[in-house]
Amino acid sequence: MRIELTVNGERQEADVWAGESLLFALRERLGLPGSKNACEQGECGSCSVLLDGRLVCSCLVLAAQADGHEVVTVEGLAGDGELHPVQDAFVRAGAVQCGFCTPGLVVAAADLLQRSPQPSDDEIREALSGNLCRCTGYQKILDAVSLAASGADA
Amino acid sequence: MSAPVPLLVARCRALPGSAAGKHSLELGRVGESAARVDGIPKTTGEFAYSSDLAAAGMLWGHTVRSRHAHARIRGIEISEAVGMPGVHAVLTHDDVPGEKRYGLEFPDQPVLAIDRVRYFGEAVALVAAEHPEQARRAAAKITVDYEPLEPVVDPERATEQEPLHPDRPTAGHGYLDDPRPNVIRSMVVRHGDPDALGDVSVEGVYEVGIQDQAFLGPESGLAVPDGEGGIDIYVATQWLHVDRDQVAPCLALEPEQVRIHLAGVGGAFGGREDLSMQIHGAMLALHTGRPVKIVYGREESFTGHVHRHPARIWAEHRAALDGRLVAVRMRILLDGGAYASSSTAVVANACAFACGPYRVDNALIESTCVYSNNPPCGAMRGFGAVQTCFAHEAQMDKLAAVLDIDPVELRLLNALEPGDVLPTGQTLTGSFPVAEVIRRAAALDPPEPEELPRDPLRLPGGSGNTTHGQGVRRGIGFAAGFKNICYSEGFDDSCAARVRLFAGGAGELQAEVHCAGAEVGQGVTNVILQVARTELGIESVVLAPASTADVGSAGSASASRMTWMAAGAVQLACRAALEERERTGVDVDVERVYRHPRTWPLDPETGQITGGPAHVSFACAAMKVVAEVDVELGLTRLVWIGTAQDVGKAVNPQAVYGQIEGGTAQGIGLALMEEIQTRGGLITNASFTDYLIPTTLDVPPIVAELVEDPEPDGPYGLKGVGEPPTVVSTAAVLSALRAATGRELARVPVRPDEIVGL
Repeated sequence: MRIELTVNGERQEADVWAGESLLFALRERLGLPGSKNACEQGECGSCSVLLDGRLVCSCLVLAAQADGHEVVTVEGLAGDGELHPVQDAFVRAGAVQCGFCTPGLVVAAADLLQRSPQPSDDEIREALSGNLCRCTGYQKILDAVSLAASGADA
Repeated sequence: MSAPVPLLVARCRALPGSAAGKHSLELGRVGESAARVDGIPKTTGEFAYSSDLAAAGMLWGHTVRSRHAHARIRGIEISEAVGMPGVHAVLTHDDVPGEKRYGLEFPDQPVLAIDRVRYFGEAVALVAAEHPEQARRAAAKITVDYEPLEPVVDPERATEQEPLHPDRPTAGHGYLDDPRPNVIRSMVVRHGDPDALGDVSVEGVYEVGIQDQAFLGPESGLAVPDGEGGIDIYVATQWLHVDRDQVAPCLALEPEQVRIHLAGVGGAFGGREDLSMQIHGAMLALHTGRPVKIVYGREESFTGHVHRHPARIWAEHRAALDGRLVAVRMRILLDGGAYASSSTAVVANACAFACGPYRVDNALIESTCVYSNNPPCGAMRGFGAVQTCFAHEAQMDKLAAVLDIDPVELRLLNALEPGDVLPTGQTLTGSFPVAEVIRRAAALDPPEPEELPRDPLRLPGGSGNTTHGQGVRRGIGFAAGFKNICYSEGFDDSCAARVRLFAGGAGELQAEVHCAGAEVGQGVTNVILQVARTELGIESVVLAPASTADVGSAGSASASRMTWMAAGAVQLACRAALEERERTGVDVDVERVYRHPRTWPLDPETGQITGGPAHVSFACAAMKVVAEVDVELGLTRLVWIGTAQDVGKAVNPQAVYGQIEGGTAQGIGLALMEEIQTRGGLITNASFTDYLIPTTLDVPPIVAELVEDPEPDGPYGLKGVGEPPTVVSTAAVLSALRAATGRELARVPVRPDEIVGL
C-alpha cells in the first residue's frame, strides 16, 4: 500500500507492506536508519520518534497509521550544521558508548526538555525510564540532560 | 591482500575519525578526557551499525532454529519453502561447502545442525528472500522431523548422563584428565595444606543464574560476494581475525578470500566473541551471488549468542580468631550448555579468583564446567570472576559476623600486596593496590537516610506508589574483588598496528593508523587516536576502518585487554614510523606487532604455575552500596553506590568513569533482576518484556574514584578497566541487601519472596 507522510519536514511517499512498522518504513523505505530496532516490543525506546509531536515507539506504530501524519526522527533534530543542544550535551558529557540507544534517548530527552525545560533529577529519571541503555549505567546520560537544560537556560 | 570490495553503503557516511573535526572537539592525548570521536555521528543517527548497512540487490537472510533443547533430526523438508514468493535460497547442513563444524576454541558446533540439535534455538536451516517477511514466511514452511530426546538440564547430573559430545572435543588439550561424561574441563588448585584448620569456619552454598549480555544492537551483518569466489563480511564482532579463521574453513575458502570488516557495534560484553551470522550470511551470499543481510530480532538474539555461565558454588572459609584467613575450600560447578565456546578459560578464571583479593596460604579449589542442553555459555564481562566474587564476598561477610570484626577491617587485614603468593603459586608483582582501593571506597560517605514522607519515586516500588516508607529497611554493604587483565595460561596474545606517515597538502605531517581492535562502545577508537597523537606529537591522525584486509590481528576486545594491547601496538608502530621517516626522509608505512609479557599454562594436576606466571596483570575494585528494601513486598531500591577502582593510568578518564558506571549497572542487573529462565532447556523469557535489565530508575548515583598506581608492564602504566566493576557490584549489592534484611541471600538474582516476611 502507498502512504504519504511528512518526515523531518519533508513530504515523503512509500510503498509499504500492510504489516510493516513505521520503524521498518523509516529505516528500510525512507533511508532513515537513525531510529534503532532493539526489542520490537516498545520496551527499550531505541526507536523513539515524535509522531505529530508525541513521543512514540515507532516499532509499535504501523507504517500505515502514519499515513497523513508528521514524523520527526533523530535525523531531524539537528539544524543547519548545528547539533541539537541535547546531542551536543550527550557528546560532551560522555553519555555515548556503543550509542545504539542514543538516538532514542536523544529524541526522548529533547521531548522532555520541550515539555519541561528545567526538569528535576527525578523527573529526568522517570522521563527516560522507558529507554534502555546497556553500556553507560545512565549516570552520564542524566548529566547530559541536565547539561542541555542548563545550557538552554543560559 | 586484496582491497575490500567497494560496498554500496551509502549510509556509511560517518566513519570513526572523520566527523569530530568539523565540530571542533578536543581529541586529546593520553590522560585527557577527550570526547568520543564517534560521539557526534552516534547522536545524529548517522553512525552505521551492522544492522543499518545496505547494498544494491541485497537479500534478507533468516535462520530456522530448533524449538527443542535436545532432539534427533530425522529429516528436513524444504521443497515448499523453496517455491515461496521472493525466495532465492534455502540451505541446510548439506550446503555447507567446507568444514561442517566451527568453534571459538574447539570446533564442536555445527554450522547448521546435522543429525541432532543440542539446544533451544540451534540453527538448522537458512533462507534468503527479497523481503524479511518473505524470508520468515518461507522459514515457517520448512519442516524439520524431530525425535525429541531427554534433555540434560541439571549440571550436577550431567556427569552421569549420556554424553552430548561423545568425541570429547576438549580432551587432550593439556587439561586435567576427567573421564566423566559431559565434562568440558575440570581443574583443581591445591595450595599449601588445604586441611589446615582455623579457629572458626563458615560455609555456604551459592547460586548464580544465567545472565544475558543484552547488548542493545542485536546480532547482524552484511555479506557481499566479491565476484571471484571470495566474500566481504561487514559485521558487529569483537575479534575480526578469529572470525575469519573460523569462517574460511567452513566456506572452503583461503583466509585471504574472507575479509571481515567491523561494522558499527551495538554493545558486546563478551556476547560477540562467538560467531553469529557470519558463516550463514556468507553461505547465502555465495549461493545467490547477491549481498545478504541478516539481522536478528530480540527473541532470536537470546539464542544467538552465549551467556554468562550459571554456577553453583560450595565454599568453606577457615580463619584465625584475629581474622587472618587460614584456608579456603571451594567447589565450583559451571553449566556450559550445549557447546564449549570459551568455557575452558572460564573454568580457569573461576579457580584463579575463587579466594578474592586476599592472602590465602592454604586452598583447595575445584572448578568443573559441563555440557548440557541448556543455553550455551561463554564469555561475559567478568568471565568466571563474577560468580566466585559473589561467593567469596558473602563468605567474608559471614566471617566478619562470626568473628565480630568490621567487614572492611577484615578485608584490609587479608588484602593481597605485591610479593604475596596466589593460590596458583604465582607471586604477585607489579601494581596491585587493593588495600588502597578498599580504603578509598570505604572512606566514601553515603548520603544520610532521606526523611519521610518523600516522593514515592525515591522509595522501593517507585512510581508504583506501593509504600509510604513502612516496612522499608536500609542496609549498607561492601565488597572487593579482582580479575586478570589480558589473556592467560600461555596464550600467545598479540596486537598489530600499522602507521602511515605522510606529508599533507601544506607539507605538514599527517598519520593514518590501522588497527583491527574492535570498537564495541568501550572507546578504543579514542585510545588509539590519543596514543598516536601523543607519540607522533601531531593532531592530524585518522583511524582507518577496522578490517582483516589491511592489518594483522588485534586480538579480542575482551579480557579487559583491548586498551592495553592497542595502546602497546600503536605506540610501537608510531615510534617505528617516526624512526624510519627520520632515517629515510620519505613517507613511511610500518606495521608492528605488540606482545604483553609471556604467560605459562598451569599444571593440570595441581593447578600450580609451570615455568612462569599464568596471568599478566590484575586489577581490583571495591564498592560500597546503600540499599533500601521493602520487606513487606520484597521490592528493592538502590540509594547510592561509592566505588574505587585500580586503573593503573586512565588514558581517557571520562571513558574510564563510563566503564565503571556501566559495568556496575550490569552487576546490579545480575543481583536484582537478570536471569534467563529455562524449562527443560527451553528459554521462557526471551524478550525485554520478560528479561529485565536496569533502567534509569534502578541504577542509583555512582561516585567513583580512580586509583592510579602505574602498572610497570602496561603501556603508559595503564590497566584494563571494563570488568572489575561488574565483578564486584553484584557482591556489593547483595552485601547491602543482607545488611538490610539479615537474610543469607545465597542466590542471584534475588527474588522478592526471599526478602519478604521478616
